[in-house]
Amino acid sequence: MGGLAVQEVSVRIGDRDLVRAVTFDVAPGEVLGLAGPNGAGKSTLLRTLYRVRRPTSGQVLLDGHDVWRMPGRWLARRLAAVLQEGGGDFGLSVHDMVAMGRTPHKRAFDGDAPADRAIIAEALERLDVADLAHAPFDRLSGGEKQRVMIARALAQRPEVMVLDEPTNHLDLRHQLDALRLVRGLGITAVIALHDLNLAAAFCDRLCVMDGGAVVALGPPGEVLTPRMLREVYRVEAEVEAHPRTGVPQVTLLTGEDVP
Amino acid sequence: MSGLTGVSRAVAVTRRPGLPYPLTLALCVALLGGAVTAGIAAGSISLPADQVWGILLHRVHPALAEPVWSPVRETIVMNVRLPRVLLCGVIGAGLSVCGMALQALVRNPLADPMLLGVSSGASVGAVSVMVFGLTFLGPFSLPVAAFAGALAALVAVYLLARSGGRMTTVRLVLAGVAMAEVLSAVASFLVVTSDDPHRTQSAVRWMLGGLAGTTWTMVWVPAAAVLAGTAVLLGVSRPLNLLLAGEEAAASLGLDVHRFRASLFVLVAMVIGTVVAVSGSIGFVGLIMPHVVRLLVGADHRRALPATALLGAAFLIMADLVARTLITPEEVPVGIITALVGGPFFLWLMRRRS
Repeated sequence: MGGLAVQEVSVRIGDRDLVRAVTFDVAPGEVLGLAGPNGAGKSTLLRTLYRVRRPTSGQVLLDGHDVWRMPGRWLARRLAAVLQEGGGDFGLSVHDMVAMGRTPHKRAFDGDAPADRAIIAEALERLDVADLAHAPFDRLSGGEKQRVMIARALAQRPEVMVLDEPTNHLDLRHQLDALRLVRGLGITAVIALHDLNLAAAFCDRLCVMDGGAVVALGPPGEVLTPRMLREVYRVEAEVEAHPRTGVPQVTLLTGEDVP
Repeated sequence: MSGLTGVSRAVAVTRRPGLPYPLTLALCVALLGGAVTAGIAAGSISLPADQVWGILLHRVHPALAEPVWSPVRETIVMNVRLPRVLLCGVIGAGLSVCGMALQALVRNPLADPMLLGVSSGASVGAVSVMVFGLTFLGPFSLPVAAFAGALAALVAVYLLARSGGRMTTVRLVLAGVAMAEVLSAVASFLVVTSDDPHRTQSAVRWMLGGLAGTTWTMVWVPAAAVLAGTAVLLGVSRPLNLLLAGEEAAASLGLDVHRFRASLFVLVAMVIGTVVAVSGSIGFVGLIMPHVVRLLVGADHRRALPATALLGAAFLIMADLVARTLITPEEVPVGIITALVGGPFFLWLMRRRS
């Protein structure tokens, strides 16, 4: 369970085509990295997956069901999004934020059952924010907020996780921890990442977007080439498999060392 | 993941700060009980607290208390003070709960039934009835007109804010403030241009917010609306929480944000309309109480809504107590008291947020 199919999805806002006929499949348990320069349409595409931006045309299917034809709660029980939004001016605690992840599983007047509390506590623990549980969310550092957002998605117990720049604001250790955690869950994941080396290390396949369209899709070793980096990112770079791990590594060339 | 943690935090917050929730709620109930007792006891003839409860208990069941008081006192308690105190409690609870809901719905801590034009809309409806002497529905003319005004104002604000795409908080609040200003002006215009001095005076009195002459017949409609409204809001307290995290997060957690917001607007208009019809404009209650409660029990609506209803009821009962005992035998409209408390609070809140 948790197979995702994006079919000919286009998003047009005003007279701008933000996403153009994007098609790809994500197999159950697969981790797909979404890369591309700023404004490539990554976030807009992700919004069509978690039901915030309806595609102008095309379909997003989860296990064969069109996510835009199913109830919002149906999708939220199966697919969790990690977003960058905050808790506003209301003094929500970290625990409140993570507890929201249980909402799609609850009906009106349902309290938090012991099972829910265990799930919330586990999510707090796994993201290393348990000792901040009752701190106000607004006062946290960017990295701590990011981890709380991932904890909330975890508390949803999803089959698919959609993450928009989850490593933003995170230091090296927490970047590694966050991506290792998502991988370790064994669930389907679509992750927008700017750091191509992290993407290469943690994703089964990479999807590179430019100008709203998919320009490359495949295993990191095939997608990350000096030519792609030159055409899409307009940078000169070398790509080599790391001698020990075999993971392709991108080294950017600064102005002086270009032959 | 926690296994990797090598750093111990300077401030570990392992327990929710403040009092345990049941204790806080019990204190709110006690405060409300005290306010009710004081509200019934105080007045031109002041009664001792034990006599107040004796009369009330005797009414519940004659065996519960021996009647050692004069029948006049019983009449004062049962027919004059109790309905007024209950109505104050209902209004305070209704305004506070609606304020809290609106703050979540527009995701703005400065929201209040007045801010979104709901109270002003209700005022125009009610003032029209008074100034033009409308009696199309007999005694229900006033509440129905106020509800219609509140709903019309809210729908207008909603449509204005949504025109040309998605509704954002900024557009909503701007539309609400503009609508509130326009409708207040309309209400004032109606009062000023009315040529019947008697009707004008009653309309002015009503606009300032006052509860003199409360009878039992005025209590039931708002009481039913506030009880029902609060029950519904408690049922949707989880979705309300989601809205605090933002529209996009709420949508990704399965909430149909626009439909939810629209239906709760109707609910809030019903509660505010019935409340404003009997009380006139009473400002700031819906702003202050939610903030005080969030400081006490946190922002989770499952905990905050019951507390804000209790505290709002207690607050308005006490404000009304001050209003009618400050310069006896004259009564100050209770809206003046809440504004005197609420205005500085609002300014303090704005300074703190900026």
